[in-house]
Amino acid sequence: MEVPILKQGAVLIATFQAALSDADLNQLRMGLVQQVVKFRSRAVIVDVTAMDVMDSFASRTLREIALMIRLRGAETVIVGIQPEVAFAMVQLGLTLEGVATALDLEEGLAYLNEKFKTTN
Amino acid sequence: MSAGEIRVAINSDHDIVLARQKGRLMATELGFSMGDATLIATAISELARNIVSYARKGQITLKMVNGLNRQGISVVATDDGPGIPDIRQALRDGFSTSGSLGLGLPGVRRLMDEFEITSQPGRGTIVAVKKWRQ
Repeated sequence: MEVPILKQGAVLIATFQAALSDADLNQLRMGLVQQVVKFRSRAVIVDVTAMDVMDSFASRTLREIALMIRLRGAETVIVGIQPEVAFAMVQLGLTLEGVATALDLEEGLAYLNEKFKTTN
Repeated sequence: MSAGEIRVAINSDHDIVLARQKGRLMATELGFSMGDATLIATAISELARNIVSYARKGQITLKMVNGLNRQGISVVATDDGPGIPDIRQALRDGFSTSGSLGLGLPGVRRLMDEFEITSQPGRGTIVAVKKWRQ
């Protein structure tokens, strides 16, 4: 299942629809980075609200996405990690260290607006 | 095959998703909370991933188990892969950090209530885990 990427101004929004395979995640990683380049986006929001499980591979891919996008000078925010998914991640030892997270899409956009305001 | 036993062949990354979805469904049917069902699904995902990463193929067997006054779910991951030469090291935290592909076994142990591993170099690995309903 492919992850749709929406462009909203300088922000790209990728919304995970359901359980994703490794191949889907790899495709998302390439797709997002390409689109950040193409649209000169300043930020990416990855909405994982629908994600049933965040295992080591998904977690690592998200971190790689954030790091790659940072190298492009843009910001990544992961939003919508469900409470039980967060609990399982911590048990597993996955912390997404160094990656910005927010409660939901709205909070993620608010975070970015605040950030852009201070850098402008 | 006894009633209530589900076997999922693990041959590719798609099977990882399939196995954890079946595991979550079974856990939910057995009355596990959504939180516990997520822990179980996450453990299955890691175990299935180990199979794909290290052995390429194997299987995951999901089964209801009865304990003393309690019910639980048993997840057994079996493969005929290269095996783990040093199980102790594989069970140590940090041996497979979250950043690497990793075996994730210490994490799986934390997610579940019971954890058993048998591995023979050149013969394969069996990881058997259980979680009891609260």
